[in-house]
Amino acid sequence: MTKVRVSMEVNQQMRDAQIEPRLLLVSFLREELGLTGTHVGCETTNCGACTVLLDGRGVKSCTVLALQAEGKKVTTIEGIGTAENLNPIQLAFWEKHGLQCGFCTPGMILASYELLEVEPDPDEKVIREALSGNLCRCTGYVNIIKSVKYAAKLRKKGMRGMRKGAA
Amino acid sequence: MNPKSFEYHAPKSVAEASSLAEEYGVDAKFLAGGQSLIPLMKLRLLSPSHLIDLGRIPGLSYIRDEGNHLAIGAMERIAEIARSDLVRKQCPILSQCAHQIADPLVRNMGTIGGNLSHADPTNDMPAVMVAAGASIVAASGQGSRVIPAGDFFVDTFTTALKGTEILVEVKMPIGPTRRGAYLKLERQAGDFGIVGVAAVLEMSSDGRCVAAGIALTGVGPTVVKATRAGEILKGVELDKNTIDRASRAAAEEAQPSGDLRGSAEYKRAMVEVMTSRTIRAAARRQTER
Repeated sequence: MTKVRVSMEVNQQMRDAQIEPRLLLVSFLREELGLTGTHVGCETTNCGACTVLLDGRGVKSCTVLALQAEGKKVTTIEGIGTAENLNPIQLAFWEKHGLQCGFCTPGMILASYELLEVEPDPDEKVIREALSGNLCRCTGYVNIIKSVKYAAKLRKKGMRGMRKGAA
Repeated sequence: MNPKSFEYHAPKSVAEASSLAEEYGVDAKFLAGGQSLIPLMKLRLLSPSHLIDLGRIPGLSYIRDEGNHLAIGAMERIAEIARSDLVRKQCPILSQCAHQIADPLVRNMGTIGGNLSHADPTNDMPAVMVAAGASIVAASGQGSRVIPAGDFFVDTFTTALKGTEILVEVKMPIGPTRRGAYLKLERQAGDFGIVGVAAVLEMSSDGRCVAAGIALTGVGPTVVKATRAGEILKGVELDKNTIDRASRAAAEEAQPSGDLRGSAEYKRAMVEVMTSRTIRAAARRQTER
């Protein structure tokens, strides 16, 4: 099968590659670029573990062709914080125990990221609705909701880029 | 889980897309947001050898107030429709429906044109279009034509579109006397509905229902227009007895079949319940204004 060229901005860096047209965005990120923070869960558009931002909007990257991201901006979990410099949402999930096994967490955090950009002070109903495309089989969601509320508070205080120890 | 290999085309105009479809015929599929098509391709239920991506054709994403209708571009995302103030104000039923489709992440990719032309009997938008008497604009290289929503949905996954035609716009009627609601019974968030009901009422100033459109999701090979239910509501006051009779008629008009989401009998019973709730919700919308 003839390969085609795709190019997009991933975590503020231009990336391009020759790919098979059928390559899914999640496979492009994980296998071509080595960005394995985006997880593959159900592969059937249900679980949301593969959530990334496409031009700022959360999408399930197992159900998007890499070619559909041509010329667009993609943000993955690697693009919003690092171990030394956590994003407030990452810090909030840590502080409020918003994860147990952690498999769904990158997707939860990116879906929360989109929510907080649109709605900086969401109530529980809004949070539940915004995360309704992301499944967690450990937490029962209660601590995830606490985490998003706490993240909203941290963001309001203008806290960006901090170390866990410094919080 | 990957789709089977295919050749990818990214036309820059509707005419170019249409001529590609003509060239490749039944081996080609149009790609809109891909939220139905890509899952089917991953499951190998569909394996087109040519994929024609409509995503790079400029000018197909918009919502415009045209006085007596909202014009919505085929590639407008469901999420944009859900968050549009214009839609919420001028056409609450469409806003309400968009909010109930799949989940927020799927809505960010999924488009109104894809939702309609996929013609899945459990998709929510078709019922809203049929109940409201919307029009669908189809275009090809040779020009365009307008198809009434009532004639658009032919069968499961089958529409009135010809192979070279592309759904480019939806015209959703609006007006101060129209009131609509869409309610859906679902097993869990983001799942396909068990039963969905769209009701659009045309009200006179003295509170009578002048005309009504009722359409049903998930209880037939394609969207079901409950014509008799609409007739019962026409020209009368919407009291309990009238709503009950219309709801029973809708249940009789449904053609449900049993599956994992419930037996045919259960679905028919739910059509009656949901029709009653939807008519009331639509009528309430009027008094709230």
